[in-house]
Amino acid sequence: MSIATSRDVGAEHGAAAAGLAAEDYVTMKVAGQAFGIPVLLVRDVLGPQRITRVPLAPPEVAGSLNLRGRIVTAIDMRKRLGVPEEGFVSRAMAVVVEHEDEPFSLLVDEVGEVLSVPIAHREVVPATLSENWRSLAEGVYRLDDRLLVVLNIASVLSPVRANA
Amino acid sequence: MDDLLKEFLAETSEALDLLDSELVELEQRPDDPALLGSIFRVMHTIKGTCGFLGLPRLEAVAHAAEDVLGRVRDGTLILSQDAVSLVLRALDRIKLLVAELGASGGEPEGNDADLIESLSRLANSPTSQSSESTPTKSEKTHDAKPAGKLFDRVGGASAIDAACEMACIDFLSQTKLPGGVESDMLHVQAALTGGLSAAAQAVAGIDIHQVVDCLVENGWADEDLAILKEGLRKALSSFSVGDADIEELLSFVCPTRVTLPQAAPVPVAAHVEDKPEPKAEELAAASHGAASQTQTLRVNISVLEDLMTMVSELVLTRNQLLQILRSYGDSPFAAPLQRLNQVTGDLQESVMMTRMQPIGNAWGKLPRLVRDLSQELNKKIELVMVGAETELDRQILESIRDPLTHMVRNSADHGIETVSERLAAGKPECGTIRLSARHEGGHIVVQISDDGRGLPTARIREKVIASGLATEAQLDAMSEQQIQQFIFRAGLSTASAVTNVSGRGVGMDVVRSNIERIGGVIEFHSEAGVGSRFLIKIPLTLAIVSALIVECAGERFAMPQSSVVELVRISRSSSQSVEEINGRPVYRLRDKLLPLVSLREILDLPSSSGGKIETGDGTYFVVSQVGNFVFGIVVDHIFDAEEIVVKPVSRTMRHIPCFSGTTILGDGQVIMILDPNGLAGSIAGSPHVEAAAPPTVADHHLRARDAVPMLVFQAGTGGPKAVPLSLIARLEEADLSTAEQAGDRTVLQYRGGLMPLIDFDGQPSPRIGKRQILVFVDGGRMLGLVVDKVLDIVEATLNLQLAAGTHPGLLGSAVIAGHSTDVIDTVHYLRRSDADWFEVETEKPYGDDGDCSILLVEDSAFFRNLLMPMLKLAGYHVTVAEHGEAALKICRDGKTFDVIVSDIEMPGLSGFDLARELQRDSQTSGVPLIALSSHASPKDIERAMSQGFSEYVTKLDPKALLTTLSKVLSSEVTKRELAA
Repeated sequence: MSIATSRDVGAEHGAAAAGLAAEDYVTMKVAGQAFGIPVLLVRDVLGPQRITRVPLAPPEVAGSLNLRGRIVTAIDMRKRLGVPEEGFVSRAMAVVVEHEDEPFSLLVDEVGEVLSVPIAHREVVPATLSENWRSLAEGVYRLDDRLLVVLNIASVLSPVRANA
Repeated sequence: MDDLLKEFLAETSEALDLLDSELVELEQRPDDPALLGSIFRVMHTIKGTCGFLGLPRLEAVAHAAEDVLGRVRDGTLILSQDAVSLVLRALDRIKLLVAELGASGGEPEGNDADLIESLSRLANSPTSQSSESTPTKSEKTHDAKPAGKLFDRVGGASAIDAACEMACIDFLSQTKLPGGVESDMLHVQAALTGGLSAAAQAVAGIDIHQVVDCLVENGWADEDLAILKEGLRKALSSFSVGDADIEELLSFVCPTRVTLPQAAPVPVAAHVEDKPEPKAEELAAASHGAASQTQTLRVNISVLEDLMTMVSELVLTRNQLLQILRSYGDSPFAAPLQRLNQVTGDLQESVMMTRMQPIGNAWGKLPRLVRDLSQELNKKIELVMVGAETELDRQILESIRDPLTHMVRNSADHGIETVSERLAAGKPECGTIRLSARHEGGHIVVQISDDGRGLPTARIREKVIASGLATEAQLDAMSEQQIQQFIFRAGLSTASAVTNVSGRGVGMDVVRSNIERIGGVIEFHSEAGVGSRFLIKIPLTLAIVSALIVECAGERFAMPQSSVVELVRISRSSSQSVEEINGRPVYRLRDKLLPLVSLREILDLPSSSGGKIETGDGTYFVVSQVGNFVFGIVVDHIFDAEEIVVKPVSRTMRHIPCFSGTTILGDGQVIMILDPNGLAGSIAGSPHVEAAAPPTVADHHLRARDAVPMLVFQAGTGGPKAVPLSLIARLEEADLSTAEQAGDRTVLQYRGGLMPLIDFDGQPSPRIGKRQILVFVDGGRMLGLVVDKVLDIVEATLNLQLAAGTHPGLLGSAVIAGHSTDVIDTVHYLRRSDADWFEVETEKPYGDDGDCSILLVEDSAFFRNLLMPMLKLAGYHVTVAEHGEAALKICRDGKTFDVIVSDIEMPGLSGFDLARELQRDSQTSGVPLIALSSHASPKDIERAMSQGFSEYVTKLDPKALLTTLSKVLSSEVTKRELAA
């Protein structure tokens, strides 16, 4: 399933590169900044969940949650982005994505609408961003009222996956 | 890859594994025609199928091997060791090709000329035995023609085989039958071959006419049959078979039986005519003849895994539903949910069964391995395998395959001596490696033992010191057995020379970690000169385990029951408390010092009391054993045990050694499963040291000799009450307002059943409030005894000081933990709840003869009082003797008994003495004796048996006593009847 999805996304990238199409993103906010994840990668959006802390896990791992019988690893996006906040995990929204056949949920402040943005508005990541942010971001969209940073799921998960 | 090829690969790899061990067996029993026949058939099938599928390399190798086997079968070639080796080599080549075929979908390039050359040289070697080529089967000759039987004239089974094969290939190229017949043709060929051979030999077997009938019913026209016959004729004549013989053989290939030249062979596939629409499968059935048709179906493993996952989800959902239901009391969903509960349980069990495989599947390659090793090492080794049918989970099977192979290889290489060494040591020249498996209470116990030279402890010592794993002083403090466990440490090989076989650095440490990864334990015992033995204990399944739920720092964790030795709670008021040595907590558990670790510290959880072990309302710890290391894990709370579905830890957290899995509890929460191996590993400064020897079984018994663990509780009026802990299945706490009224009883829905609840006075319990319940379980029956408060569990000697008073539920009073305590009569309560609790299996003690008398010799009043009512209830006449002397007196006074049940430990005349005395007296020597004891080590049992006891039962298992009694008595009756 995930293979098929990533192929679809790839196809869209191709179309977008030709300037023919727009891309759909699920938007979300972490510490005031808007982020986007390609809509086809998102499996679920959940409200605040009961999350079981996992001792000794990497700091970015907030714990595990039960999504209809599947055990999903929750990633604290505030910690991942370097803007931690006390009590964040208990009120965070969760965006569930699948990466290499394993489900992960990204904990964010809020989840917004699905936006279709014209590919022409896409820009490269400004070189002045911190290295951490640059590695996480795939690109930036200029929207009318804000800037939307597109997240690269593989990079977001890379520090926790390094142990695997 | 097409389905046909896939099927071929699956079947062939199974067949090849079988061939391996069968060939080794054949080497030992070369004159077993059935075994040889089976090997020949398998090889032939491989060859035939390869021909169909167009796999020339495989076909050529199989053909050459088949030729050799054919000569052996015909009795013209003696199966030498070299011949077996050569055939095994051919088998290896076939395996290689099949593996390649599976990987790439085609045969690899290459040439097998050398192998085929050697095989055909063997096959064409001069007859090594006087050619007595008429097999025994042909004795039943019906039409004795001068030139021998038709079967032999046409060239025997191999000619018929070949002819059928050629004819079928021919047929395929000419037929006008609809497509898809190729796969059926395999069955047709097999059926034809079998049918013709049977017909030509005029013996019972596959009925050729039925085969033809079946073909006709499947839409074969006359011309199709004609094509087939023509093909056969052509093939046979190319083998220079006489025309007359060909015609005779072909005359069998006709649909009706009327034209039979002789009586029809016994029909075997009789159902062919009965079925309205016979399909090709029936041909297959016919070709298997009367052989047992197993009702099996090949299913892809991934389908089973999916099924398993889904069932796990279902189980979890069910648990959640039941949990919700519990908080609602009366709900219209209760009944359907109960049903769902039951169905889910059954489904789970069935699905688990699909994952079970006999352990023999992991052993399949071992006979071959041992054979090859014995030749390579020039030793004589016999491999004995016991309990190959023992089933265990597929996943576990896979994990133990390599460790087992490694250990057997080790035994063959290091353990078994060469022939000359063995003879010099006065042993039989052939060494034995014994592999056995058996079930033992939710575990599989696998033993690998050899009668070789054993592992000299001195050598291990040297190695240990040389490799710096321990100092001489440390070793001096260890027992021999502890030193032996060092072979499981990394980098320790005791083989003096690195041979081709073992000692290549992959050592027992890998074996151990493999076994421990699946929750198993491994032990090693060795005696120099006598042999060595590995003992492996592994769980039956990994998917669903029973686990203890504990809490620490507000987080819950599951701990596999298999690693929990016992639970300890130290209350504040307790005289003993946790002590410290340089800040490290230890506890005196009975007469051993138990190191404690705090789960909080290991897991780096936030701590409220500055790292010190919490002593709020007491300290709880779980005593766990890893290898030989026993330690206590301090937790905040201990909850119930639960069956949990083990799910793998996310890959992101797999590097954390403390967790072995994740699970979802009934309330939907995810919790981590602790891995005691990992916990022990992460204890600072204490690697897996074998420093703390576990209390051995013998120690336990020494302690248990007089004391019995008793559960002390408060119920009814008066002082504390006690009951032997071993009689209680579980302790529960439940809100009795959720209990229901059923008839005049109060019942509680509990673990998928109804549990009657009674209070201390034996009355149905009032349905109010949260209460503690002692749960008694016996088979499918349950009883909950509602008590006010569970006080403690203490080890106490049962010395009933006062006889029972007026209260019917009491046996008497004893001093337990300094207080006068009433010991309750469990049997009384069980009877109250269910009048026939004890009468299920023992309604008639034995046969029709209900009157039999028992002499119960027991010094402890408690057990007398526990056992006597029970035996009486079961319908026996019980006479009681308080000690051995009294028993003897009763017997000498002329009273006769059908059976004598005696305690072992008694003051004065012990059970053993009594047995000896009784044996001496002619009047009592024939009476069966049953030993009754509170401990049952193999040594005790052995001693009892040697003293004349015929059975041995532990005291606290009343049911076992009843079963044993009924067994002993019924065998006595049979004996008497035989004598009469």
